[in-house]
Amino acid sequence: MKRWQCVALALVVAALIAAPFSLKPHGIYLLSMWAVMSIAAIGLNLTLGYAGQISLAQAAFVGIGAYCTAILTTMHGWPFPATFALGAVLCFVVGWLLGYPALRVQHHYLAFVTLAFTTLVFLVLRNEEWLTKGIYGIVGIPRPTLLGWSTKEPRDFYYLCLIVLGLVSWLIWHLVRSPWGRAFMALRENPVRASSLGVDTRRYTLMAFAIGSALGGVAGSLYAPLVEFIDPTPFTLALSLNLLLMVIVGGSGYFVGPFLGAIVSVLLPEWLRVAEGLYLIIYAVAVMALMAVCPSGLLGLAERLIRPAAKKGAP
Amino acid sequence: MALLQILISGLATGAIYALVAVGFMLLWQTSQTINFAQGEFVMLPAFFVLAAMKFGGLPFGWALVIGMLASLIVLGVVFKYLLVDPMLKHGVLPLVISTIAFALFLKEGVKEWYAAEAQPFPAVWSNDNIEIGGAVLSVQNLVIIAVAIAAVALLQWFLARTRTGRCMQATAQNPALARILGVRVELMILYTFLINAALVALASFLISPIYLAKFSNGETLGLAAFIAAIVGGFNQVRGAIAGGLVLGVVDNLAAAYISTQYRAAIPLFLLIAVILFRPQGLLGRAEERSV
Amino acid sequence: MSTVLEVRGLSKRFGGISAVADVSFEVQEGEILGIIGPNGSGKSTLFNCILGQLQASSGSVHVDGRPVTGLRPCDLNRLGVSRTFQLLQVFPQLSVRENLILAGQEHKGTMWSRLIGRRDAGLTDAANRMIEFFRLGHLAEQKAGGLSYGQQKLLDAAMAFMAGPRLVLLDEPAGGVNLTMLGDLRERLRAINAEQKATFVVIEHNMEFVMSLCTRILVLAEGRIIAAGSPSEVRANPQVIEAYLGH
Repeated sequence: MKRWQCVALALVVAALIAAPFSLKPHGIYLLSMWAVMSIAAIGLNLTLGYAGQISLAQAAFVGIGAYCTAILTTMHGWPFPATFALGAVLCFVVGWLLGYPALRVQHHYLAFVTLAFTTLVFLVLRNEEWLTKGIYGIVGIPRPTLLGWSTKEPRDFYYLCLIVLGLVSWLIWHLVRSPWGRAFMALRENPVRASSLGVDTRRYTLMAFAIGSALGGVAGSLYAPLVEFIDPTPFTLALSLNLLLMVIVGGSGYFVGPFLGAIVSVLLPEWLRVAEGLYLIIYAVAVMALMAVCPSGLLGLAERLIRPAAKKGAP
Repeated sequence: MALLQILISGLATGAIYALVAVGFMLLWQTSQTINFAQGEFVMLPAFFVLAAMKFGGLPFGWALVIGMLASLIVLGVVFKYLLVDPMLKHGVLPLVISTIAFALFLKEGVKEWYAAEAQPFPAVWSNDNIEIGGAVLSVQNLVIIAVAIAAVALLQWFLARTRTGRCMQATAQNPALARILGVRVELMILYTFLINAALVALASFLISPIYLAKFSNGETLGLAAFIAAIVGGFNQVRGAIAGGLVLGVVDNLAAAYISTQYRAAIPLFLLIAVILFRPQGLLGRAEERSV
Repeated sequence: MSTVLEVRGLSKRFGGISAVADVSFEVQEGEILGIIGPNGSGKSTLFNCILGQLQASSGSVHVDGRPVTGLRPCDLNRLGVSRTFQLLQVFPQLSVRENLILAGQEHKGTMWSRLIGRRDAGLTDAANRMIEFFRLGHLAEQKAGGLSYGQQKLLDAAMAFMAGPRLVLLDEPAGGVNLTMLGDLRERLRAINAEQKATFVVIEHNMEFVMSLCTRILVLAEGRIIAAGSPSEVRANPQVIEAYLGH
């Protein structure tokens, strides 16, 4: 990484660590939500921005992760880290199983398969009361105590979210900078050429989707103790679309895109609280306008302003 | 017989899915437009009609005409020139995203500016049942099937027997070549958008009396349309029709004999099954692989 | 000498039209086979069928005795077959060296080792050697998109050779290249053919290039082979002259 990037990162991290001291509990909650949504968005960015596939199932994976943690911690007394790991693995496997048939075919079939899958997951969450308590939801999801450190307080839980976000970011940063990242860029930019060089486009795309889905599960595992009560309602297509738009608005394929998009998405309803029902409409119009002007999102727009000749690519 | 009734109602639902799937497929084939807002496109025309009646004081018949015209303009012309054309030069992905955003816009727009509750929608037919050979069938279902058949037959005739229709088919198969041969490709694409707008409006008028007009109708209808198109086979109109009918019948059968709770999951299983075992769809032609 | 490529009865039909009709030939190790023919004779279709880009209607393709008909391009590449493209296909925003590393990385280790291993998959030296060989040394760090057309052609060729392939299919390598570059290209190709014992199959329109590079020539017309032999034999063949002039 270049010099100025290291400095900028250090400043941002410092700001994030210091932030909760000057915020009210609701502000800390929003920051935690931003961190959690960023994790899910990073996962979706891998699928969409790096591998070029549209997934509409990220909300379902967040739901699976959330319920996994909620059910196992409240009803079976599992420790949080175990549920966390299980959720991620489960989502990875399901993502793989879902993607395998869909990606064998050309076209954007994955989009439709994930759309249908989201519907299915919602139904399961709602109908299988014996497992998920259905529409009544699961209350009292505990915030974990890790190695003696209790995350019950908003600030402590926020730091947990931040740590996980940091870890995930670091892992994905290395993924993207590895030969895999080069392969992703190749199969996104020019799949025919990539294939002729031996890049197994199907396998890489499937891996991107499975890892992206696993990250959705990770986000879900943090979401459940953050909100302390879950029911099926949030885990619908609407959230999938929201996450998709987060990635797009931030700039799909850019490493920093999801963070930016998550800020916009978490804060927008707060700012537009005045315009209650209109905020989604405004969001939708803004996205359409952004797509017309600069499909590479806000970061693409910024890059165009700073370096008119440059194009986005591997970091 | 209960089975016959279920079949008929399945065909009726399927006929509506077929109309929407055909439009969706035509758009994709002719102009690489994957219209994720197709479901919302079916939701909207009913609201045009209701608005014409409520705010314009028009009687139902005239309101239907206005609704159709509004659909053709908004979902045909405006959609093409304001949304699709500017987006296409950026590629398929931005276009898909835009249609997703457009769907959100339409859905929330109706919710915000018309009503959040389901609205009753008048039917053109009576709510009676008639008896045929001992089975009780609703007039409603029969009318839907009849209208859908008529619409599709008209479309097929148009595509196969008129000059314009054949030009449209040429555009769908190979736009570059069609252009060289003198086909006015831009105009053909516009026609496709208009045809889609007409089909979805028709579907809207047929389905809203049954399920009521609600801003959230788009989700299930859209999904059904996409899956019908894929299951039936992407490259032909017949495929989309077959897919729609199959989906409608399977859906109703499952709801009756298996479980209503998981009814909405049927499309997913059908989709996965088709993708796994026959990716080109039931009636589709196996496509050339490119990578 | 072993047979590297064997094509038997390959046909490709599009609807009622036979783009390639019952083509059979063999290529021995170390040969440079040229395939020529007038426009529309089916050369590109033939290539695409061999490479798995298109599915042949009938016939078979064997590489080193192994059936490869219908394999996906990436699988074929991992068996040692690579290609260059008629329309340039380098990755414009990667540097020259990065393009070459990309071209070789899928042959190094497993998918997993590539995830946790070195950023360059251990290919920097190999890439540098290739850069040296194709005389692109001064351009190693530059973004491939900024190279001249001729230089990109050289890079394209270099990428095809990164993985030390057994068989290389070159699709109109001389297309659009100026005369001086052409000489370099031909010379480099001959050199790498000698050094790596790679076998080439070349499609070309540029007669002079083909005749001076290839050891053997096949002539295609309307999807069929109408002549085969050494460059001088083919040049004198009346059927060949007829095919080119007598439309």
